Amino acid sequence: MLVTVKLFAGLRELAGAGELRLNVAEGSHVSDVWRVLADRHAGMAAYAPSISCAVNADYSRMTAAVQDGDEIAFLPPVSGG
Amino acid sequence: MRDLFRVSGQLLDAATVTAAVEDARCGAITTFVGTVRNHNAGRLVQWLDYEAYEPLAVKSFERIAQEASERWPGIRLAIHHRTGRVAVGEASVVIAAASAHRADAFGAARYAIERIKQIAPIWKREHFQDGEVSIEGATADPDDRSARQTAMERACS
Repeated sequence: MLVTVKLFAGLRELAGAGELRLNVAEGSHVSDVWRVLADRHAGMAAYAPSISCAVNADYSRMTAAVQDGDEIAFLPPVSGG
Repeated sequence: MRDLFRVSGQLLDAATVTAAVEDARCGAITTFVGTVRNHNAGRLVQWLDYEAYEPLAVKSFERIAQEASERWPGIRLAIHHRTGRVAVGEASVVIAAASAHRADAFGAARYAIERIKQIAPIWKREHFQDGEVSIEGATADPDDRSARQTAMERACS
């Protein structure tokens, strides 16, 4: 199934893109999507302890199940204000 | 229309945000303006670049307002945050809190900025004369009760 991945700040820079499409297996979880990215882009794995994630623009958890067409966002530590 | 929660690349206007919370039942409005300063950690800052996950940022502002209303019933909050390049001296964020009495308005405005720094999916990048650096602060977790408690303590100190 196809998901859209959104990346921001440091993660976006490591991937060289703020948005990408990924094919993932049926039954995947957010953590599986992350693993694909972390394997593909050097330096991304180091973010694992500090990232947050969102599914369809709502905060979620790495253990959440992923559906076809979902928008999965990975968020490095925030610094707004 | 009164735009309570907004993320945009346009210049922020404190008067507009303040007007969004005005209400005849309120005796106090606190307006907080966060601005870009010309130095950080001993280096001269030329400008900041902000990026946001916009739909989630707006939802985070709504969530912060909901949290504030649990502590300060009847509080009216508006939050506008800028994205893109923000020059030294310009506002990056404006918060207005209106309430019947001043203590609640001050408290809620402080609470809102503390929570924005904890859970709003917004990132700043500092640009210096000789380089640039992404700033990473808090791991965003809206359900982290101890972070929320910390924000509340700062708001009520």
